[in-house]
Amino acid sequence: MTTSPYEHHEYDVLIIGAGGAGLRAAIEAKQRGLSVGIVTKSLLGKAHTVMAEGGMAAAMGNVSSEDNWRVHFRDTMRGGKMLNNYRMAELHAKESPDRVRELEQWGALFDRTKDGRILQRDFGGHRYARLAHVGDRTGLELIRTLQQKVVSMGTDVYMECKVLQLVHDESGRVAGAVAYWRPTGEFVTFAAKTIILASGGVGKSWKFTSNSWESTGDGHAMALWAGAELIDMECIQFHPTGMVWPLSVRGLLVTEGVRGDGGVLRNSEGERFMFNYVADMFRAETAESEEEGDRWYDDHNAGRRPPELLPRDEVARAINAEVKAGRGSPHGGVYLDIGTRRTAEYIRRRLPSMYHQFMELAGVDITREAMEIGPTCHYIMGGVKVDADTAATKVPGLYAAGEVAGGMHGANRLGGNSLSDLVVFGRRAGMAASDYVEGGSGPSGFDWGEVESAVARALAPFENENGENPYDIQRDLQEMMQANVGIIRTGDEIEFAITELETFTERVKNISVKGGRAYNPGWNLATDLPSMLTVSKCTSRGARERKESRGGHTREDFPKASAEYGTFNLAHTIAGGTWDGEITTERSPLLTMPDELKALLEEGK
Amino acid sequence: MAEVTMRVWRGDASGGDFENYTVTQNEGEVVLDVIHRIQATEAPDLACRWNCKAGKCGSCAAEINGKPRLMCMTRMDDLPEGTVTVTPMKTFPIIRDLVTDVSFNFAMAERVPALLPPPMPEDGYRMFQEDVERGQEFRKCIECFMCQDVCHVIRDHEENKQYYAGPRFFIRYAELEMHPLDQNDRREYVREEMGLGYCNITKCCTEVCPEHIKITDNAIIPLKERVVDAHYDPVAWLGRKIGRRTKRSATEAGVQPAP
Repeated sequence: MTTSPYEHHEYDVLIIGAGGAGLRAAIEAKQRGLSVGIVTKSLLGKAHTVMAEGGMAAAMGNVSSEDNWRVHFRDTMRGGKMLNNYRMAELHAKESPDRVRELEQWGALFDRTKDGRILQRDFGGHRYARLAHVGDRTGLELIRTLQQKVVSMGTDVYMECKVLQLVHDESGRVAGAVAYWRPTGEFVTFAAKTIILASGGVGKSWKFTSNSWESTGDGHAMALWAGAELIDMECIQFHPTGMVWPLSVRGLLVTEGVRGDGGVLRNSEGERFMFNYVADMFRAETAESEEEGDRWYDDHNAGRRPPELLPRDEVARAINAEVKAGRGSPHGGVYLDIGTRRTAEYIRRRLPSMYHQFMELAGVDITREAMEIGPTCHYIMGGVKVDADTAATKVPGLYAAGEVAGGMHGANRLGGNSLSDLVVFGRRAGMAASDYVEGGSGPSGFDWGEVESAVARALAPFENENGENPYDIQRDLQEMMQANVGIIRTGDEIEFAITELETFTERVKNISVKGGRAYNPGWNLATDLPSMLTVSKCTSRGARERKESRGGHTREDFPKASAEYGTFNLAHTIAGGTWDGEITTERSPLLTMPDELKALLEEGK
Repeated sequence: MAEVTMRVWRGDASGGDFENYTVTQNEGEVVLDVIHRIQATEAPDLACRWNCKAGKCGSCAAEINGKPRLMCMTRMDDLPEGTVTVTPMKTFPIIRDLVTDVSFNFAMAERVPALLPPPMPEDGYRMFQEDVERGQEFRKCIECFMCQDVCHVIRDHEENKQYYAGPRFFIRYAELEMHPLDQNDRREYVREEMGLGYCNITKCCTEVCPEHIKITDNAIIPLKERVVDAHYDPVAWLGRKIGRRTKRSATEAGVQPAP
């Protein structure tokens, strides 16, 4: 092997991303005795997992003894509008209870039932109380537990180190990655027998989002550039309840736990409008009147679930429609009220972060006043196409788990299914990558040409003197995507976005960066923008091709779901492995579900 | 829309100085919004660390008008009128501008002997809410490290860092000590290796905690009491002398494999 001109490390398993999926994968590979490196753009423990609030879904049956994996599978498929990879949904439903319990072995402290078991809470789209939680800071508990476990195992963690591109051997297997240290700006190369992408989501390409600066779709983009396929990229979840005021916090998440714990939605006329938006698919299990819904809060057997607890796509569209019809709140949202039903003590105990967040940032006391909320870009269902059992992508040696992987959630993710997704498939990716290494597979070389071209591309903005400020491009991109490929889409707007994205590609090639390489956020953004553009292009192309409305993809010009479109995913590939290469979008048929699983979907319809 | 002057420390390990920026300030904005506006316009290379902008990740700690605060949770309209001064946390070495090298904390995390639970029953552990609540208070910690920043033992005494874990890790040790499942005993270790005795309970850490964890009252003082009990208990003392122990020592505990 050529000697690297840069700092160089070698691992059996290199993990990109240190959220729930990456850390869980690391634990698995470490337990197998392999050498493991984790690379993260931020400090350890700050990944987006930390922001998950309400809980992790697992059919443990601690609160509702009727619950089991079959019902969880059914809820997940129905929530995903049947676009899911059924095998992922099946594995997830079967394995998540064990994944929750093992967290307790590593130190997690979940809230308890009276008899000392893990307490579970109600959430949208879940038929039974299913979410293991710690108040409204479940993500923090998950990431801290995994982080402490990984640290106790002596794992190498490269913090504030951003991966720019994956590297192949001459046969097309994955062979490593090239990255740079944010604190110094120096480059670093990693040779690895396998790589697990666990890099999270893409929400930062939209203006109003609950996502942090990190969610720029790096893993999605790098996988595509490396030869993998992306699917379902048009399926973006707009969480129904983000803060809308003050403007500076617009998009900040308000947990679904508020509704799970008794919060209701009202428009400016005081009406609980969700009763007007119950789709046929959910009518049989949803309350018909406020009285029935109210009874359910006290006794789940005394009525059906209130419509505020429908899946997120349904609620987000309803809120959008109310605001459009002129029944919104002063700042363009609707009202979420829990103070009327619950005592101040209950709210502060169950929802401490929400209480704190509204009090400090908006000056609103949620124990007495209603919150103003509206949809916010929250999650991408789409991602790298993987094999359900192994998390393997099309590229030999490359795996993907967590938000960066596609298929598990179909067209819409149920709340609480993300945290469990991370640990179920993080573990599976770790197992499969370890099998690959132990089986003697691995790269036969390391393409230094790919390293040099990635380095040259990263440094180009320093050479360019009169180009654009990357912050201007980012702001314009966010506004353009929000306006044209947002929660409700039309063919004309999507076409406009696709044309605009070509202009953005040219603008990104003309970025100038001021200052040096050490901890330079402007430069860091310049290296994020190619990923943001790549995922935006896939989302727009998927949105153009999917001429129907399904889950997190709503077309005003095709308002209904079509049976034909329910039989395939839209899969994207890129020519030539370059970030600005031509993207090809094709139909990729769904897996055929075995009859015994099909039968589960019919139950209690 | 008002204008505000921000006095921001710019520089690196070799030195630096304050720079003034006059920028727009909109209704409801927090300090981080204004810092972002400076980045997006005048100074795209202004370094600051942040992630969630919701008070949940603890990345954006800095000293605002001399006090450690999360930039994302400090509203501009809550600060006194006039120039707002933003400096990096003082206790940690500077990387650039508002970003400090907090690796001391990650090194201390590596030295924490892991949880050692009994084997898990098939249907999971049983624990009761009142027993987990004590640990849950400490697990609210978002690792902003402001308690470390403000702690006198290390703020003005770099040399103490090798003997002293600091408030963030005292709550971690207290959490493990009070964990219903844990079978490790770290009491001697916290006293001997982690410098618990250096803390003179001035409660500065508690005052700056953005999660309102009662670090001193609920973690450090009970931990000190337990450590004292273990260390000065004549039976335990005799046990140490004659080399017989009923509980594992912390040094051994450090190598106990967790499941």
